[in-house]
Amino acid sequence: MSKELIRLEHITKSFDGQMILDDLNLVIHENEFVTLLGPSGCGKTTTLRIIGGFETPDKGRVIFDGQDITALAPNKRQLNTVFQKYALFTHMDIAENIAFGLKIKNKSQAYINDKIKYALKLVNLDGFEHRMPDSLSGGQQQRVAIARAIVNEPKVLLLDEPLGALDLKLRQDMQYELIRLKNELGITFIYVTHDQEEALTMSDHIVVMNQGYIQQEGSPEDIYNEPENAFVADFIGDSNIITATMVRDELVNILGTDFECVDKGFGTNQPVDVVIRPEDVELVKRGEGTLPGVVSHIIFKGVHYEMEVQAGGFEWLVHSTRMNEVGSEVDIRVDPFNIQVMNKPESEDEQAIGVEE
Amino acid sequence: MITNKKTSALMASPYLAWALIFILVPLGMILFYGLTDDTGAFTFANVAAIMQAEHFKALILALELSVISTVVCFFLAYPLGMILAKNKMSSQGIITTLFILPMWMNFLLRTFAWMTLLENKGVINGILGALHLPPINIINTPSAIVLGMVYNFLPFMILPIYNSLAKIDENVINAARDLGANKFQTFMRVTLPLTVPGIISGVTMVFIPALTTFAISTMLGGSKILLIGNIIEQEFTLTYDWHLGSGLSIVLMIFIVINMVVDAISERKED
Repeated sequence: MSKELIRLEHITKSFDGQMILDDLNLVIHENEFVTLLGPSGCGKTTTLRIIGGFETPDKGRVIFDGQDITALAPNKRQLNTVFQKYALFTHMDIAENIAFGLKIKNKSQAYINDKIKYALKLVNLDGFEHRMPDSLSGGQQQRVAIARAIVNEPKVLLLDEPLGALDLKLRQDMQYELIRLKNELGITFIYVTHDQEEALTMSDHIVVMNQGYIQQEGSPEDIYNEPENAFVADFIGDSNIITATMVRDELVNILGTDFECVDKGFGTNQPVDVVIRPEDVELVKRGEGTLPGVVSHIIFKGVHYEMEVQAGGFEWLVHSTRMNEVGSEVDIRVDPFNIQVMNKPESEDEQAIGVEE
Repeated sequence: MITNKKTSALMASPYLAWALIFILVPLGMILFYGLTDDTGAFTFANVAAIMQAEHFKALILALELSVISTVVCFFLAYPLGMILAKNKMSSQGIITTLFILPMWMNFLLRTFAWMTLLENKGVINGILGALHLPPINIINTPSAIVLGMVYNFLPFMILPIYNSLAKIDENVINAARDLGANKFQTFMRVTLPLTVPGIISGVTMVFIPALTTFAISTMLGGSKILLIGNIIEQEFTLTYDWHLGSGLSIVLMIFIVINMVVDAISERKED
C-alpha cells in the first residue's frame, strides 16, 4: 500500500452538546480515492470540514504528511475543496474564478493563463473563460468548481457531495469523469456522499459511517460482500437481514431451518444476525432446496425480477433473472459462502450505532 | 393568456391611477413651475438661480453633509451588518428590533429629542457638567445636522447591507479561504464585491433623504445653517415663489436621478 498521507487521531467533535464525532481514527493513503459514506448526520461532512480546516475538533489531532495541522488555518493547508452547491464566486467570470487561488499566490499572468487553459480542457469546458457562473448549468458549474480547486495542485482534493444537485444521468457521467480526473492528476481524493452506488463505483476505499462512528472500512468488494454489521449491510444495497442462531461452526439456524455456511468462531447456539443479498437467494423447485416458501409479490426491474417470498415467517427479498409467478410454491436455497454471519450488537454503544429494525 | 393580461391590467389600474395623480401630476407641475415665470413664459432662470451665491452655498453644504453622513452610516452599518449576518439565528431578532424600534416613533419627535439632548444647557452638557468636564457646543453646528442624519437614516443603510451579506453562501467564503486567501483578502475580494448591490441601495436610501432634508437642518442647525432643502422650503412657504422653489427642486432632482441610475445599473448587473 502507498504512503500514509493523512491521519486523524481520536477526533471528537460536538455541536451544541450533540456529539457528532466520537473518538474517530482514520488513515488515508497517497493516491487513494477514499469515500466517506453514510446517512445524513453521520458525521461525514464534519470529518471532511475538519480535514479542510473549517472546523476545529474538540479533541484529537489531524496529521498531514507527518505534520500536525489541527490548528492550521484553511488557507495554509495543501489541500483544496469542491463544495456542495459549487460555491463559485458569482461576481467573477469562469477564468477569474479559476485564477483566484493562483492570483493570491502571486503567480505570473502567463502561468495563470496556461493553468486556466489546462484546467478547462481537463474538465471539458474549453472556451468558457469569459462566461459568468450563473449562465452555466449545474454540471458545468461543478466542473468549474473542480477546475478552480485543481489548478492549485493540491495533494488532496476534498469533495463534499459534489454530485448531489445533479440529475441521475449527469451524475453517472460525472462519476466516470471524476475517476478519470483522479487517475490523470494522481492525487488523493476524499469524497463525501450518502449515495452507496456512487461510493461503490468510484472508491478504492470506503469508510462507512453512522452516528459519529466508523462502522466499517475496506474496499468496495469487502464492504458489499462482507458487511460487518447490520447497519452496513442495510445501508449498502438491498439485503435480507435475519436474526439467527449459530448452531456450531459452519452451521447456522435461520428461521428454524439449518443452513450450511462458512463462518466459524461464533461459539455454539449463539444468537447472530445473518445477511443474505437478494441476488444470492436461489428459488428452486419444491423439495430441492432448504426452506419452503411462497412467492407473494413480483416486480419487473429491467435487469432482473424483484420478488418477495414468504418463507419461515420472513419476507425474503429475491433478485433473479428467472421469474416465478405470484403464488407459486418454491424452495429457498443459499450457497454457504453467500451467507454472511455477524455478531449481534452487545453493548449499548454498539446498539446505538447499529440499525434500528 | 389574453384574459390573464386583461385581468392583470385591470388589477393594476388603481395603482396606475395612484401613480398618475400623486406622482406624475405633481412632477409635471414642478417641471412646469420650474421652467416658467409669472407670466407663464418659458424661462431657464429658476434653474440657473442655483448659481446665485446663497443657493450654491446651500447646495454645496447639503452635498457635503449628506456625503459625510452617508460615509459615516456606511462605516457604522457594515460591521454591524456582518455581526447580524453571522448570528443568523441567535441575537438577530434582538438587534434588528433595537434598530427598527426607533423607526416606529415619529421622525420629527426623534429629532426633537436630539435637540433636548444636544442643547447648550441640555442633557449631555448636564451630564458633562456633573462630571466636571467642559461643556460641548454642538447644537446649531453642521456636526449636529450630520448626527441627526446618521441617527435617522442609519437603519436604511444597515438593512440592505445586512440582506446582501446574509445572502452569501458560507461556503463561498470557505472556498476563498480554501484557495489560499487570508481573512482580509477574502473580505476584499469576495465579501465586499458580493455586497456592492446592498451598499449601493443603502447609499441611495441614505444619501437622497439626507440631501433633500430640511427638517433635520432646521431643528438641529438652528436658523443659521441653510441647506438647499431649507431654501426650497422657504421659497414655497415664506416667499411664495413657487417658480424659484420648483427650479431649485429640478436641480436637486438631477442629483437624485444620477444616484438612481447608478443604482439601476448595478442591479441589472447583479441579475
